[in-house]
Amino acid sequence: MRLSAILVAASAFAILSGCSSTPTSDQNAAPVTEAKPMTAPGPTAAPSVTETPNTVNLTNQQPPATPNNELTDPKSPLSRRSVYFDFDKYDVKDEFRGLLQAHATYLNRNHSAKMLIQGNCDERGSREYNLALGQRRSDAVKKTMGLLGASESQMESVSLGKEKPRCTDHSEECFAENRRADMLYSAGNVKEF
Amino acid sequence: MLKRLILTALCVTVCACPALAQLEIEIVGGGAHQIPIAIYPFANEASLPTVTSTIVTADLQRSGRFHLLETGNPNPLPADMSQVNFSDWRGRQADAVAIGGVTQAGTGRFEVWFRLFDVIKQEQIAGIAFTASAPQLRATAHRIADAIYEKLTGDRGVFSTRIAYVVKHGNRFELQVSDADGFGATAVLISNEPVLSPVWSPDGSRIAYVSLQNKKPVVYIQRLDANRQMTLANFRGSNSAPAWTPDGQRLAVVLTRDGGSQLYMINADGSGVRRLTNSDAIDTEPTFSGDGQWLYFTSDRGGTPQIYRMPAAGGDAQRLTFDGSYNVSPRVSPDGKTLIYVARNDDGQFHVTAMDLGSRQTQALTDTTLDESPSFAPNGKLILYATEVNGRGTLAAVSIDGSVRQRLSIPASDVREPAWGPYVN
Repeated sequence: MRLSAILVAASAFAILSGCSSTPTSDQNAAPVTEAKPMTAPGPTAAPSVTETPNTVNLTNQQPPATPNNELTDPKSPLSRRSVYFDFDKYDVKDEFRGLLQAHATYLNRNHSAKMLIQGNCDERGSREYNLALGQRRSDAVKKTMGLLGASESQMESVSLGKEKPRCTDHSEECFAENRRADMLYSAGNVKEF
Repeated sequence: MLKRLILTALCVTVCACPALAQLEIEIVGGGAHQIPIAIYPFANEASLPTVTSTIVTADLQRSGRFHLLETGNPNPLPADMSQVNFSDWRGRQADAVAIGGVTQAGTGRFEVWFRLFDVIKQEQIAGIAFTASAPQLRATAHRIADAIYEKLTGDRGVFSTRIAYVVKHGNRFELQVSDADGFGATAVLISNEPVLSPVWSPDGSRIAYVSLQNKKPVVYIQRLDANRQMTLANFRGSNSAPAWTPDGQRLAVVLTRDGGSQLYMINADGSGVRRLTNSDAIDTEPTFSGDGQWLYFTSDRGGTPQIYRMPAAGGDAQRLTFDGSYNVSPRVSPDGKTLIYVARNDDGQFHVTAMDLGSRQTQALTDTTLDESPSFAPNGKLILYATEVNGRGTLAAVSIDGSVRQRLSIPASDVREPAWGPYVN
């Protein structure tokens, strides 16, 4: 259906591009021309119908299932994956050192494990600038993890900016929830990214 | 690392989906000096699916630069200059009157003509006949509006151009393309993950954008006539903020692969990555001047985010904004004379703001307070931007002098990240 529409449009364009348009000249009206010479092109060929753009649809892809192990067991500290930041701040607070130490130790014990650190921001201002600010948060987590002994090559720090807020109210509690970096694992049969 | 272009083949559902919800355009402020004009109904147009004069009138009305006078529906309609009552229109203070008609020109084809008259001089100042198939009638009407607009304002019209924007409905994100009047919206990308920062290639055939479909920002380029994404930049870390060079051969992008958000150049096929900035700060939101000589960008190297520019060939950056602690998202007018950006004022409101690059004088252009992502129309007269009204993301347009204002919204959806396409004809 879409294809046939395009074919119709294309053939219409082909027909029209092969014929120059002419000023009207019927019995009642003088030819439609410029009273003054036009600097722009005069009588013009019909505009082409812009082809309907094609669609890429990604919504049918299934998310992978997450198996249960020490990374996902709620009793394990490794199931805690979020580091929170103060307003306009990008340094990792001391209260998260213990958590990051547990993750650094895990990465050290599991050299095939990979971690994706996603930085997030609260919601005000430019989307792209917020991407850069979120990057500062994920970079800070990665740097701290490195200082705690994790190998840089096992970690990638990226940013989601303000695009994936966990909380969407316009409240200070909500903004605080969104000033966050999350740690995702690709380890064994855990495929979170 | 990634030297060659990766073609990502994707399952594509060719949708038999109904037409997408259309942008509804509401005019919320008109220009101070509107040109009074009357557009007669076009002869024989009423029986066609596309009513030409209605589209022409709506285009001119929406521009904010015309005051449309009622013509009624006289029978017969004036078919040439001798049938226009100029003294009557002079009395109604019209500057210009347009007449037109549609005639069948073979099977499925039409000739659409119009004439534009100067009421004071009583002479024809424009007249064009187009040959069109039925699906081309709408585009033909936009061409007529463009011709009238250019004749009477001296500026090129943008009624035949297209716009792109992102619609968020629940957790579904669609990058859509429509005509400048919101008609004919089509999704070029449908995803459950956010899409942002779309930018048109200078020839209008491709859109570069950032998608989070892979758990991180990756820059893709998509041809509008092809149903696949091409990965432009997918390096370690984040990849974002694409900006085409005016020749369409290369793009500036923001990468974090070497630590921090920095500006890089990359060929449009994904090859030839070259680092442009070397700062400890955030450098982002690059955009080229129309002549390609300057690269404008946002940086917090001075402590707060401000607008800078540097020679595109490389060299020292020069700071341009000094008022306030938050100036972001630069765009340069096609003539290179005006910089627009989003400024946060002392009340915490975000306004699209214009700076005359000659005098460096600045002016907030909008009465909306959460503005983002401004984008120039290709004639430099209108700015399309995203904002929030009643808690919902909406698009708005404002003229470069701040006098003309429009809202463009889709009911029950958030609309954001607008990008005005180039002239293509």
